[in-house]
Amino acid sequence: MAKIVVDVMLKSEILDPQGSAVAAALPRLGFSFAKSVRQGKRFEIEVEGEVTPAQLAEAEKAAELLLSNPVIENFVVRVEK
Amino acid sequence: MKVGVVTFPGTLDDRDATRAVIAGGAQAVGLWHGDVDLKGVDAVILPGGFSYGDYLRCGAIARFAPVMEVIIQQGKRGLPVLGICNGFQVLCESHLLPGALTRNADLHFLCRDQKISIENIETSWTSSFTRGEEIVIPLKNGEGSFQCDDATLQALESEGRVIARYVGENPNGSRNLIAGITNTRGNIVGLMPHPEHAIDPLTGPSAQGLGFFTSILNALVK
Repeated sequence: MAKIVVDVMLKSEILDPQGSAVAAALPRLGFSFAKSVRQGKRFEIEVEGEVTPAQLAEAEKAAELLLSNPVIENFVVRVEK
Repeated sequence: MKVGVVTFPGTLDDRDATRAVIAGGAQAVGLWHGDVDLKGVDAVILPGGFSYGDYLRCGAIARFAPVMEVIIQQGKRGLPVLGICNGFQVLCESHLLPGALTRNADLHFLCRDQKISIENIETSWTSSFTRGEEIVIPLKNGEGSFQCDDATLQALESEGRVIARYVGENPNGSRNLIAGITNTRGNIVGLMPHPEHAIDPLTGPSAQGLGFFTSILNALVK
């Protein structure tokens, strides 16, 4: 079963209070490596058989219409083997 | 005059909105999310709550409810629509209003009485107020931070489409203290705080929210 993955992230200019809260929590737990954190969403969509270009095109459309809000978010659609 | 009040699964404030419509002097008509016609209403209110559990993004699923298809179509033709809180989020997700509502800057759910100033009294929903009038109505939300790009913000400001602004400290990180906006035509208004909870001093911080519901009556009578 192949999988289409859609990653949705807030645009860089949009405030991400959840990411900021995570970034603030890391040093409290002794982690010092993180300069900043942005939090997003990941959708894993299974399809029957191999992913076809038509299915990928549909996923792009669905990502733009439903999975993301293009006003505040960007998305990337990819196939996961 | 009939004002429709929409109930989605997870809507909370439809009862209070209905009561406010009646207090304002209009007839309230319940609309269900699955309705495909608007039962002849002259205006529509999208009340607050957590439609579809706020899954995916607030208002993102409600936007595709059958009743919204009709409201989007009619709203573009001039039907007065007021979206309160979750209703505002639905209007933004529907692209009837620009921008988006995101998580409050401090991540806390807010529930308090909030002072706002009414900045545009030309819309279908704000004509009962005076320009600059300050009112106190409840603000209760987790995702009430109004965000948009700089060009949109500039357009909203220069066209006078910010209808209400928070007074005092910014409660949720909204750009330019924006509490409510309208479309270019002035028939569609989105407002984060809740006027329907402030129509009677017995149950609200004031009765100053009533102006939104008397305004629509004025707009419809004209």
